Amino acid sequence: MSTRSVIAVLAVVAVVGLLTFGLLSKGSSGVEVGEVAPVAALPHLEGGGSKSLADYRGQWVLVNFWASWCTPCKDEAPALERFQQRHGSEQFTVLGIDSNDLSGDGIEFVDSYGLSYPQLRDGDGEYAEEDFGTTGVPENYLVDPRGRVRLAVRGPVDEEYLREAVAPLLPDGSS
Amino acid sequence: MSGRAVALLAAALLAVSAAPAGAATPKVEQNVIEAEVMCPVCGTLLELAESPQALRQKAFVARLIADGRSKEEIKDALVAEYGEEVLALPSGDGFSLSAYLVPIVAFVLAVVALAFGVRRWRRDGSDGPTGPAPAGPSDAESKRLDADLSRYDL
Repeated sequence: MSTRSVIAVLAVVAVVGLLTFGLLSKGSSGVEVGEVAPVAALPHLEGGGSKSLADYRGQWVLVNFWASWCTPCKDEAPALERFQQRHGSEQFTVLGIDSNDLSGDGIEFVDSYGLSYPQLRDGDGEYAEEDFGTTGVPENYLVDPRGRVRLAVRGPVDEEYLREAVAPLLPDGSS
Repeated sequence: MSGRAVALLAAALLAVSAAPAGAATPKVEQNVIEAEVMCPVCGTLLELAESPQALRQKAFVARLIADGRSKEEIKDALVAEYGEEVLALPSGDGFSLSAYLVPIVAFVLAVVALAFGVRRWRRDGSDGPTGPAPAGPSDAESKRLDADLSRYDL
C-alpha cells in the first residue's frame, strides 16, 4: 500500500473516530433503576465545604434536583419537606441539589419554603445533566444504602407518590 | 456673603460633586454582557433567551451593573455561579485555547494542501497529453460512416 493510501485511510479512520466519539459522548442516557448512582463532590448551597452522595452510603437518600426558577419545584418542595419531617433519620434523608441556579436565589428558595434537609449546589448543572442524565428540573432519584438507584422520577413528586412508592421501601415502612 | 453662607455653599457644591462618585456608575451595558454569555439551560446566547432561568440571570447581571461592576467582574461572577460554560467565547488558556488554535491549524493545513494540489495540477497541465496520439478512423470505418451518412438527407 502506498504512503498516500495509508494517509487517506488514516484520515478516514480519524474522521469516523471523531464522529463516533461525538455520538457516544452526546448520547448519554439517564441513570436507570438498578444502576449505581453517580457520585461527585458538590459544595454546600450555604456555608463552606462539600459533600458527595458517597458520603450517604448506608442511608436511603431521595435525591431531588431542583432550581429556584422552576415552578414544579416550588410545587413539590412542601411535600418533600413534610416527607423529610416524617421519615428523616440516620437511615433516610432527602438531599436537595440546586442545579443551574444562582446561589443567592437558591438560598432564598430554601429559606422561603423552610427546607430542613441538606442542600448541595450544582451551579453548572454538570452533575445533574452529565452524570445523572437529567433533562430538566425537578427530577427525583431514590438511592438505596448501597448506592443503587431504586426509583427514578423524571419530574416532580407529590405527597401521594412519596407515600405509596417511596415510604414502603424505607426501613420504617409506611409509618 | 457671610461665613456661614459660604460654608453652606461649599457643602452644597461638595455634595453635588460627590454624588456621582458615591452612586455606582455603570461601566458596561446589559446588552453587551448578554451578547457574550450563554443561558446555560437554554444553550443559546443570553440575549436570545427568555426562559425563567434566563430572566433570573439577566436580573443578576443588571444588579451587578447597577453595583458598578466591570464587564470582566460580571463575567467572573457568572462563571462562579454557572461555571466556565456560561462564557460564549472560551477563555484563551488551557484546553480552551484549542478552540482558537484548531481552526487556525486546520486553515493552514487546508491552504498548504490546496497549494500542493494547484502546483501538481499546473505541472500535469504543462506536460500536455501523454501517450500515443489517437489514430483516425480506418478505411473500413470511413466507408461505413459515409454509407450511414448517405442514408440521411442532411
